[in-house]
Amino acid sequence: MSRLSIRTKSQAEAVVEDLYHSAERRIASSPPGLCPVDMTLTFLNLCHAQSCGKCVPCRVGLGQLSTLLRQVLDGEATLETIDTIEATARVIHDTADCAIGIDAALQVLLGVRGFRDDYVSHITEGRCLGGLENPVPCVALCPAGVDIPGYVALVSEGRYADAVKLIRKDNPFPTACAYICEHPCEARCRRGMIDNPINIRGLKKFAVNNAGDVPNPSCAPDTGKRVAIVGGGPGGLSAAYYLRLMGHQVTVYEKQKKLGGMLRYGIPSYRFPREKLDAEIASILSTGIEVRLETTIGEDISYNDLRKQYDALYLAIGAQTDKKTGIPGEDSEGVISAVELLRGIGDDIMPDFTGKKVVVIGGGNVAMDVTRSAIRLGAEKVSCVYRRRQADMTALAEEVEGALAEGAELLTLQAPVRIEADETGHAAALWVQPQIIGPVGRDGRPRPNQADAPEVRIPADLILVAIGQGVETYYFEQGGVPVRRGSFLAEADSSLDTQEGVFAGGDCVTGPATAIRAIAAGKVAAANIDDYLGFHHVITTDVQILPPPRLNNLPPHGRVNLAEREAGERKKDFACIECEMSLEEASTEAKRCLRCDHFGYGSFKGGRIERW
Amino acid sequence: MVTLTIDGKVISAPEGATILEAARANGINIPSLCYLKDINQIAACRVCVVEIEGITRLMPACDNQVAEGMVIRTNSPRVREARRVNLQLILSQHDCRCATCVRSGNCTLQTLANDMNLLDTPYETVLPLRRWNKTLPLQRDAAKCIKCMRCVQICDKVQSLNIWDVAGTGSRTTVNVSKNRKLEEADCAYCGQCITHCPVGALSERDDTAKAFAALADPDKITVIQVAPAVRAAWAEDFGLPLDVATPGRMVSALKSLGFDYVYDTNFSADLTIMEEGSEFVERFTHKDQYPWPMFTSCCPGWVRFVKSQFPDFVPNLSTAKSPQQMFGAVAKTYFAEKKGIPLEKLKVISVMPCVSKKAESDLPTMRGDSGCKDVDIVLTTRELARLLKSDHVNLRNLPEQPFDSPLGTGTGAAVIFGATGGVMDAALRSAYFLVTGRNPDADAFLPVRGMDGWKEAAFDIPGAGTVRVAVAHGLGNTRKLMEALQAGKVHYDFVEIMACPGGCAGGGGQPIHDGLEMAALRGSVLWELDHNSKFRFSHENPEVHALYDEYLEQPLSHKAHHLLHTDHTAWSMP
Repeated sequence: MSRLSIRTKSQAEAVVEDLYHSAERRIASSPPGLCPVDMTLTFLNLCHAQSCGKCVPCRVGLGQLSTLLRQVLDGEATLETIDTIEATARVIHDTADCAIGIDAALQVLLGVRGFRDDYVSHITEGRCLGGLENPVPCVALCPAGVDIPGYVALVSEGRYADAVKLIRKDNPFPTACAYICEHPCEARCRRGMIDNPINIRGLKKFAVNNAGDVPNPSCAPDTGKRVAIVGGGPGGLSAAYYLRLMGHQVTVYEKQKKLGGMLRYGIPSYRFPREKLDAEIASILSTGIEVRLETTIGEDISYNDLRKQYDALYLAIGAQTDKKTGIPGEDSEGVISAVELLRGIGDDIMPDFTGKKVVVIGGGNVAMDVTRSAIRLGAEKVSCVYRRRQADMTALAEEVEGALAEGAELLTLQAPVRIEADETGHAAALWVQPQIIGPVGRDGRPRPNQADAPEVRIPADLILVAIGQGVETYYFEQGGVPVRRGSFLAEADSSLDTQEGVFAGGDCVTGPATAIRAIAAGKVAAANIDDYLGFHHVITTDVQILPPPRLNNLPPHGRVNLAEREAGERKKDFACIECEMSLEEASTEAKRCLRCDHFGYGSFKGGRIERW
Repeated sequence: MVTLTIDGKVISAPEGATILEAARANGINIPSLCYLKDINQIAACRVCVVEIEGITRLMPACDNQVAEGMVIRTNSPRVREARRVNLQLILSQHDCRCATCVRSGNCTLQTLANDMNLLDTPYETVLPLRRWNKTLPLQRDAAKCIKCMRCVQICDKVQSLNIWDVAGTGSRTTVNVSKNRKLEEADCAYCGQCITHCPVGALSERDDTAKAFAALADPDKITVIQVAPAVRAAWAEDFGLPLDVATPGRMVSALKSLGFDYVYDTNFSADLTIMEEGSEFVERFTHKDQYPWPMFTSCCPGWVRFVKSQFPDFVPNLSTAKSPQQMFGAVAKTYFAEKKGIPLEKLKVISVMPCVSKKAESDLPTMRGDSGCKDVDIVLTTRELARLLKSDHVNLRNLPEQPFDSPLGTGTGAAVIFGATGGVMDAALRSAYFLVTGRNPDADAFLPVRGMDGWKEAAFDIPGAGTVRVAVAHGLGNTRKLMEALQAGKVHYDFVEIMACPGGCAGGGGQPIHDGLEMAALRGSVLWELDHNSKFRFSHENPEVHALYDEYLEQPLSHKAHHLLHTDHTAWSMP
């Protein structure tokens, strides 16, 4: 026997390691709508198998919990069983010796408290309260319910114009979403169980860039009804588009010089080229939408007049105001809000940051947008200051990585304290207080606490503040639109409880969110405004026949990712960063789609929504 | 057309056809279980899997299309094994006590398991608990459900009521009433189409045969049985009798052999219905501004339940006439009982119906006489009649033909067609024409209302009254389309016949089950043939109906007729 030996994995360990990876992928690909009690039981059994077996609560207790949960699911339990489950889980949580037992019991506890009604339903009715409402994960997770398996299949056949038509049935911004959508559709793609989710956004991009000019469907006969849309961003224009197709007269009121909202005044052109945006807006307007630019409700026309002039109103004003840090010195010259900077860039006002040291405050996507814009405007150095860790940033990981590659500095765990100005009143430095990462807060993120370290001075010529946006509610609140916590208070159907015929949706209701959420809200509003006006127009498409699914695409296969231009080159201009798929790549990627509309639950309950 | 090879045989099939269709059209029988053509092609049971050259995995034949050059094997060792294992897995969640199952001998799962010579299975049997209200006309046994989803699909796609849905996920996934409701809380029409399309014994009607046997066994009870029109077209299907043997006359003998004291015909009360409903229509049609339009037939209790729950604004448009079953019960417990001097407590009125909803109808609070007792005591389906005959081991072939008893046993050709879509309209128009003009039309003058089109329209001139615009729909999905069009003002009719089941009562939810076959059209043609060969083809010529009016009711729509034969559809509510 040697005194020491080098550890190598046994074959069993290696196989189990694979199993763990597979389990991780599988959990990530869980379809929405599964029975929460069943999932708890399954998770509990996994935890129990992890037990070393030393301690009673974990070795015996988790097994007994599992039996109790099974009894609930099999209709063998009584309501008292729930109390027994709760008490047992509480004691295991209190007395298990290590995290294996403690955390397992905690998950059961959270469940028995979080969805007790589900437990009760299983016991008294023998059934689960939930259910698979939309069986195709990508469609279910797309806020606008875009027919993703449909257009991916069309791309695989080279039918790009049909793909665009199909997307437009649910989303009139296929190009915008091809460039900037956060693609929630990919999150639980079933392909993830085998290898990786389909690159859905990449395929959409290939479709829109190869479709040529795709005409819009013709509008329904004129209804004689007039609808005003306040706000010409993705949400407002989506509502305008569908209402116009339904035959209503639509007028869009826009405060800025151009339409597009945050697609123009928030998202820099290196992510979404302006000519693409302009073309998409022109296509939407070609349906016959009237536009009033540089018109502010409350200033140029009163809210009440607007209500009187139209049969219905859709408020989609977004979240356009900047939030202040509230630290001393914020009024100094050279302190610019992200909203202001990006709005100027949207109108082609390009400030010159050549030779400047720029400090950005914030850790979200907008902070990354201004960081990367500042680099492109010639800044000598751009430092992004954030009070938590990089891992806690709300910006997409690829945005942060992109900024880093372009030379941005990340100063994490630094809380801004004050802005130091020079004698002319111009910002000279940002003072920050170093932080130490602390316990996890209610929002599930670790909180930063003040570290036992002195304040630090970060020299700065310009300070860009990107810590969030608010809604300009003033004139609307005066007009009686209900406001709660700075946002309009609208129902799930986007109607207002207190004002008939007025609807609201998008960022101005939810707070800053994504383009696809705004588009989805516009679609919901269009449907409900149409009903409100006494109609029931159906939006559909003439693209119906899909290629049959492929029967042989299950072997694991790499995902085609979109490359980016070289960092050293791309940081010099505002041209698009992201490259495109080749025809070969697009066709390969599209063929990876598992066609959940045909295989699995989809063949039973459908999943492609052909009309709404 | 594409050319492919199945089991070595080169065949051609239309583009877009499924492998299953292509194979069956060429005499290659791929077994299937959950498959129901055009309704349920969801590849759930995996019994129809086949091996396709070049495709790694086995593929279900029911929902995958043929392609040029495909080479398919339906009986390779891999396919055989897969079919066996999948069937064994299904059996492990199925209550296999076939001897006590209502579908034994007519169960697709049982047939397949027998065909595959499955003498044993290696899997532990795990059955869910049965939670169901046993008093409901529609019964579900969770332990027999194989989750084929046909019930969900029939109700969604054909009947548009969405009563069933998948419940739960994972290993305990099952079928249950949708939206977490119980059936007694749901707007189910009790049409029973889910039962007739269930491949196993998971869905069935409430079995009331024991009640019938109890009545027969009680020496103090006098039993009167009525047989609905559509029953005679299907009553002996479970015995495999050819149509020339399975005659109405032999059915009468069979019922007599069971011991029923009076064997009567719902055709009698169907004629009575026409007298009342036809007169009601003429009254409404000649006083148009006093009534909402169109007028709807009211014979089908599934339709009445449907309109009450789905289109309540149209309930006043229903004819107030009771259905033939209930008119019969009302007449039997008054006119007949008085005529024969039978005290009501001794009289048991039993009906045989092609229908599950009739069980619910007979239980309505409005379907009771002045004494408070039910007009129809026991409702049996055609299937239950077959079970009565089987349990008595009646040798049907040896029975003579005999006529129905009198005085409630005569029916005209216009009555027998109540069992087929368009039949009630046809019969009503024949008599309405007579009521207005005083002379009979050609009995075949109203052909456009017949046939299997889901939604039929026609207009007929009745001299002296004007043009009558009529429509006929069958199946509740078709009905919903018609009602929505009416609601939207897109169509305008004077008189509309609705039957809840596709094909009308001939395809009723209480009729014998033949998995994969729709029998309504064939059974309907038997009824139209009976009409064609009838001595009387007009309800107003039924001599026993004349006698009833002369002796008891005076005339159609008289006070007494109203009291006994009409009902208030608003006096009860749907869940």
